[in-house]
Amino acid sequence: MTRVGPKILKGAPLLILTALVLFFGVWNTRFLEPRNLLNIIAQASSTGILAIGMTFVLLTAGVDLSVGAMMFVAAAVAGKLALAGVSMPLVLLAMLAITLLFAAFNALFIVHVLVAPFIVTLATLFIGRGVGLFITQTRAINLPEVFLTFGSARMLGVPLPACLFAALLVLAHVILTRTPFGRECFALGHSLEAARKAGICCEKRLFQVYLISGLCAVFASVITLGQLGAVSPKFGEQKEFAAIAAAVLGGASLFGGRGNILPGTLVGSLLIQTIENGLVVTNADPYLYPMVISGVIFLAVLLETVRNRYIRSNDQHRFSSSRR
Amino acid sequence: MSAPFVEFVGIEKAFFGVPILRGISFDLPAGGALGLVGENGAGKSTLMNIFGGNLAPDRGHMRLAGREYTPATPRDAERNGVAFIHQELNLFPNLSIGENLFLTRFPSQRGTSLIDYSRLNELTVKLLEEVGLAALPGQSVETLSTGERQLVEIAKALSTDARVIIFDEPTTSLSRSETERLFALIARLRPRGIAFIYISHTLADVFQLCQQIVVLRDGAVVGDGPAHSFTESKLISLMVGREINRLFPERNPTSRLAEPLLQVRGLSCCGKLQDISLTIHRGEIVGLAGLMGAGRSELARSIFGLDPRTSGEVILNDRRLKPLNPRAAIRNGAAFLTENRGSEGLCLQLSVADNLSLACLPRHSRPVLKRLNFETLRAAVERIRAVVRVDSKASNEQPVRTLSGGNQQKIVLGKWLLNEPRVLLLDEPTRGIDVGAKSEIYRLILDLAAKGNGILLISSEIEELIGLCDRILVLSRGRIVREFARDQFHREEILRAALGSAAPA
Repeated sequence: MTRVGPKILKGAPLLILTALVLFFGVWNTRFLEPRNLLNIIAQASSTGILAIGMTFVLLTAGVDLSVGAMMFVAAAVAGKLALAGVSMPLVLLAMLAITLLFAAFNALFIVHVLVAPFIVTLATLFIGRGVGLFITQTRAINLPEVFLTFGSARMLGVPLPACLFAALLVLAHVILTRTPFGRECFALGHSLEAARKAGICCEKRLFQVYLISGLCAVFASVITLGQLGAVSPKFGEQKEFAAIAAAVLGGASLFGGRGNILPGTLVGSLLIQTIENGLVVTNADPYLYPMVISGVIFLAVLLETVRNRYIRSNDQHRFSSSRR
Repeated sequence: MSAPFVEFVGIEKAFFGVPILRGISFDLPAGGALGLVGENGAGKSTLMNIFGGNLAPDRGHMRLAGREYTPATPRDAERNGVAFIHQELNLFPNLSIGENLFLTRFPSQRGTSLIDYSRLNELTVKLLEEVGLAALPGQSVETLSTGERQLVEIAKALSTDARVIIFDEPTTSLSRSETERLFALIARLRPRGIAFIYISHTLADVFQLCQQIVVLRDGAVVGDGPAHSFTESKLISLMVGREINRLFPERNPTSRLAEPLLQVRGLSCCGKLQDISLTIHRGEIVGLAGLMGAGRSELARSIFGLDPRTSGEVILNDRRLKPLNPRAAIRNGAAFLTENRGSEGLCLQLSVADNLSLACLPRHSRPVLKRLNFETLRAAVERIRAVVRVDSKASNEQPVRTLSGGNQQKIVLGKWLLNEPRVLLLDEPTRGIDVGAKSEIYRLILDLAAKGNGILLISSEIEELIGLCDRILVLSRGRIVREFARDQFHREEILRAALGSAAPA
């Protein structure tokens, strides 16, 4: 491959995003109105926040399939408590507690019992959806007005969910790039064995990473509640795939050790939301959405694999002789 | 000579009752450079693993700067100022140079937990200057060459105030100029009192760098003295000097007129093999000698079609293999016994019978729906068990992981024999096997050759090759550098060729 190869691969998501925005803009000028663009960002926030947590997890060569289910459990608990007249701060606290409980369960089995992250979080996905359905008795719960105001409130003209998303993006970016914690995550994602040898407390770091993913699920849950104003049995369903796709599109490697929040995860989540929004604006058949979106996810994984193979073959070429 | 800085006193170590180190004692002064040489398996790495805190000795002790030194873990060794630079470097290519150097002790900005990158860069620049590496502290390690990464490892050792630095084969992957740079750096660091232990097969490098040389053979020190008291040929005879025991059955060389079974012409494989040509005839055993990393296994893998080749061709049984892949190789009568019998040669959880029959299932399936014919399969398994003499106490249903290494190897061999191969590629067939089982495997190999099969035998034990082979080819840095006929076999000559020393005319 030539020298441009890796650069194009690296910049591909941003290029696709730009191309899509232009494409939908030409199709329907309403798409490019500031109101619609802000709307896209606001709608991307919950998936984007999940993708932030997912980026941490993927960095350590793990995966968290349970984020959508944790969102659902938190929302179900919130719905029940809010209807029972519990005050808002207490409801939020309860959401936080139940989600972190799930996240700690994940972390415990992954870090200390050494079960593969895929298996553990797949189990918590089903447990979580089961618990959520049990709490809501599979009925939709409408929440009090207070929650809706959070979804529609604006700060300096920017929707509050988008503000929260932005704040978390910056925070996560700083943590990953400028703190020992972040750099250690990169190290142990590259090689757990080498990280242990270097004296990093890998168990503690991994545990924290799954808690971060849970924390992000709480934020995503609150935002989605604010936007929908109700908990349905399908709340948060399959969100984990959108979050993984966003993180991977943004450059996170499924093999660990690679990934970035800014611009990566931001671009990835915007890309996915743009497609959805664009499909709406262009009046596409709603039954096409799943096909198009899964097509994009496939593209993301394909891209990531090609990129990884390129990086690895590059490595091998240079260090083939040092291997043995 | 000044007072000893590092001392090894009577170090002994055994694995499963097999002694690996038998009372190693030697010492080196502060600022000294000691070359540690010996054949593969002489005990060098075991000794250094003990010094580096990975293993504990059974008997004996070590002293560092006059104090008892008993490292419990690698971290412990590091705290005592012992740095180990492994062949495969322990760096994180996805992090920057500075981050690699200070991964567990980042300087932080006052009052926060944020990394103070300007301070980190300052510290890194200073260290990079010391080792003479022209790179930016923020540069990611994956952009560096192997030689440059080694300098980063040395910088890391310096940053932890290392007093002893151990190198394990540092130059095998370096260019000549990188090697010179490394040696110049070592020479600069020695006056500071940093001692070096340098493990290498490249004797010229050892002579250039070290004042003192210790020779290990079979886990014992057989030579220890100033470098100028040795010559290259003296070192080699010390490293080898072992009597051939009567482990090997009589060997009657075959006539070279027999038909060729395997022909390899001009085989190259990106950077690992260069222009390899060889022929194996009916009934012939051809040995492949060479150091670790010379490309012996790679050659066998390429012939078998496991690794991609860049050029060259393989002709098996008069058929040119195209495409060259394991399937075609097997179909044309090749079998490959890998060096990792546990991970590549056997399904350890499966039973003896399952493993034996693994490669020949298609031969025992019925025409309709490919149902297995268990009767003929069982008969075949029983027959081959007798041929390779698997321990009769082992039942057919027993999982192979419960068997000894020797029996496991017999099963791998038996698995391939059920396919009735003509050419066998055997990669270290007796590694990790006790002496009794070894001699049985030797007899099997000779029987196979006597029946007209062609055999390519890869072994790190020169005695094994001398005892069994009709011819020995010596591989060095991916090339066949010498060929010996049976009446020319000479241990020291073979080792000399493998080490890449100039061969006497």
